[in-house]
Amino acid sequence: MKDGTRPTFHRTKATRVTLAHGGGGKAMRDLVEDVFISTFYNAQTGTMEDQARLMPPPELLDGGRLAFTTDGFVVDPLSFPGGDIGKLAVYGTVNDLAVGGAVPKWLSASFIIEEGCDVDILRGVAASMRDAADRAGVAIVTGDTKVVAKGAADKLFVTTSGIGIIPRGRDIGAHRVRPDDVVIVNGFLGHHGAAILAARGDLALETDIVSDCAPLNGLMEAALTAAPNLRAARDATRGGLAAALNEIAASSATRIVLEETALPLRPEIRGFCEILGFDPLYLANEGTLVLFVPPEEADAALSAMRAVPEGKDAVAIGKVSQGPAGRVEMRTLFGGSRIVDMLVGEQLPRIC
Amino acid sequence: MKYVDEFRDPILARHLIAHIEKLVPLAGGTEEKPIAIMEICGGHTHAIFRYGLDRLLPAGLEFLHGPGCPVCVLPMSRVDDCIEIAERKEVIFTTFGDAMRVPGTRKSLMQAKADGADIRMVYSPLDALALARKFPDRQVVFFGLGFETTMPATALTVLTAARDGVSNFFLFCNHILVPPPLRALLQDPQMRIDGFIGPGHVSMITGAKPYRFIAGEFGKPLVIAGFEPLDLLQSISMVLEQLAEGRAEIENQYARLVLEDGNPQAMAAIDTVFEPRDSFDWRGLGEIDHSGVKIRPAYAAYDAEQKFGVGYGAGKTAGREPDGCRCGDVIKGLAKPTACPKFGTECLPEQPLGALMVSSEGACAAYYQYGGVRQEAAE
Repeated sequence: MKDGTRPTFHRTKATRVTLAHGGGGKAMRDLVEDVFISTFYNAQTGTMEDQARLMPPPELLDGGRLAFTTDGFVVDPLSFPGGDIGKLAVYGTVNDLAVGGAVPKWLSASFIIEEGCDVDILRGVAASMRDAADRAGVAIVTGDTKVVAKGAADKLFVTTSGIGIIPRGRDIGAHRVRPDDVVIVNGFLGHHGAAILAARGDLALETDIVSDCAPLNGLMEAALTAAPNLRAARDATRGGLAAALNEIAASSATRIVLEETALPLRPEIRGFCEILGFDPLYLANEGTLVLFVPPEEADAALSAMRAVPEGKDAVAIGKVSQGPAGRVEMRTLFGGSRIVDMLVGEQLPRIC
Repeated sequence: MKYVDEFRDPILARHLIAHIEKLVPLAGGTEEKPIAIMEICGGHTHAIFRYGLDRLLPAGLEFLHGPGCPVCVLPMSRVDDCIEIAERKEVIFTTFGDAMRVPGTRKSLMQAKADGADIRMVYSPLDALALARKFPDRQVVFFGLGFETTMPATALTVLTAARDGVSNFFLFCNHILVPPPLRALLQDPQMRIDGFIGPGHVSMITGAKPYRFIAGEFGKPLVIAGFEPLDLLQSISMVLEQLAEGRAEIENQYARLVLEDGNPQAMAAIDTVFEPRDSFDWRGLGEIDHSGVKIRPAYAAYDAEQKFGVGYGAGKTAGREPDGCRCGDVIKGLAKPTACPKFGTECLPEQPLGALMVSSEGACAAYYQYGGVRQEAAE
C-alpha cells in the first residue's frame, strides 16, 4: 500500500477470543486487523509485511547509538486506577530506553491471549497503548498475537520491545556515579504498588491512590538539557526505590545515603503502608525517575524537572558518599541510621 | 500523619534518650555489665532496628530479642505437617504470607506450592472460610498461627463455620501462648534478663494479669509497650526507673489500647473453641508445658490434626534443627545473631536456615536487614 493512505482493515464480530483466533486463518486476521493493526496504524511506518521497515533517523546517522530493550507485562488486574496493562507495556519499555539517555522511537508488541478473553478488553488495551505511544512520541510498528487454552495464561500477557537512539556523546550509566553526586527523584513514591494492591480488592480497603504510570522520556530530556553531566538514571519499578539505589550503589561501588525526612511520601501512601506493614521504599513505581547529578548541576536539574508535568514534585533525597561500597543507608528522623537493603523475594507478585 | 507522627517526634525522642542515659547508671548498667532488657514481641524487635534505636541508646543497656515471633518459634515438624496436608489433592491450604518461606525438613510451603500443591495466601481466616464456601467439593485448611493476638479471629472463624454448617473447613491449630515460655526462660539457670518490654497487641486481648507472676514470683519488671519509637523509648525508661528504684511491677505504657482486663469478648471466644495442650514444641526452646492450645472436643469436626492424622494427634516427635544453627540461644537471649556461625554466611534472608532469619520480625532478619551490626563491623 502507498504511504499516507489508510488501508481498509477487516473487522471481527466475535465478542470473545477462541482458539480459532490463534489459528492463522480468517478469524485471526479479522481480530488482529480490527483490534491491533487498525489501532496502531501509522502512515509513516505502516506496511502490512511481516516486519517493520525503519529509516535511520538523522541522530543515528550523526554518530548516535541504538538502544534496544524488552519487557513482559503480566499485571493483575489488567486495569487499575491510573492505568492498565497497555499503558504499562508502552511506558515500561519507553522508560527503560529513556533512563539510558536514549530517545525512544519504535516499539513492538506481542500479545498472549487466554481463550475466553473479552474482545472489548483487547480493544481497550490496544486503544490505551496507542494513547500512551502518542503521549510518549513513539510508534508501535510490529507485533504478534497468540491464543492459548483456558488456564494456560491469565487473560492477557503483553511483551513490548523498544528501540531508541542515544545521541552522539551521551554516556549515562552507573559507572559514572561519584561521591558527592546528588540523588533526585521526580515525585511521590509507592503509588503504583499501592494502587495495584488496593485494586485487587483482597484487602477490603478503600483508597483513592492512583498509579504513577507515566512516560519519563520528556522529563529525562529536560533534565539532560539542564544538567548535561547527569551521571546515571533509573526507573524505580519493581523492588521500589530501594532496589534502584542498591543496583546503582553496587555497580558504581559507592555508598548512597538517604535522608528519611526528604523522602516524598503522600499521607495516603504512608497510611497505606502503616496499616499493611509495607515500607514505601519497596513499593513499585511506574513513573518514578531516580537521577544521579553532579552537585553543581543539581539545582538546574531540579528546576528543569519541576517545569515538566512528570517532574513537578522533583526533590533531592540524598547523596553519594565515600565509604563502604555498594551500600545504601538512610539517616532516620532521629539521626540514627539503618541500612536500606534490597527486598528478599517478592513483596507482591504480578505488579507489572 | 495524625496519631502516628506524634509518636515519632524527634525532639521528644531526644529528651527520652537523654533521660535513659541518666537512668542506666542509676539502674546499675555499665558497659561491661549492661542492663539486659528483653523485648518479647517480634514487632518490637523490628521497630527497634527499623528506627535505629539500638544505635542511639547507651552502651550500658542491651536488648535481648525474645520468643515473640510466632513464625520463628514454629518447629520444623509442624511445617512438615503443613506440607503433608497441603500436598493432598483434595486440599486447598491457606496461610498468612509470612509462613510461606519457613523451611521444613523437606521443603517450605513456597516450594510445595511450586511443586503443585494448592496453597493460597490469605489475609484473614475468614478468607479461608470464604474459599471453603466457594469450593464445597474441596477441603480448605487454614494454618492457624500466632499468639493470643490472632487467636480470637481464628476462634470466631471456627464458630462461624459451625454456625453455618460449613463442613469442608478445617483449622490446623498452631496457636501458642506468651506467658508459658516467659516462665521457662525465667526458670533457665543461664537466664540473664533484668526486665521486659511486654507485648502490646497480645495484651490488648489478654490484659495485664497474665504477667503478674513475672513481678510476683521472679521479681522482674515488665512494661507493656506500644510499637512506635516513642512508645518504646518511654517503656525502656519505665523499666529502668523500676530497676533504679528497686521496684518490680507490671506497668502499662500502651494504655491508649491495652485495658487492665483486656478484651473479655475475645477471651470468651478463645475459651469456647480452644483448650490448653499438655505441652507444645517451640523451635529453639523445646517442649514447654501448657504453652499451646488445641481445638476443644466440641469442635473436633474442624480439627485438621484429627482429620488428616498429623501432628500431636499422630504422636510425632520434633524434627531435627539444622547443624550449627543457634536460633535457640538467640531466642533465650544467650547469644546475639552475629554470634551464630551461620549468620550472614549460610543463613541469609533469601535462603534462611534458621527460623529467626525467615520472618521480618525474627531477630536475625532484623539484624541482617537493618544492618546495625554489619554497619558497626565496617566502621
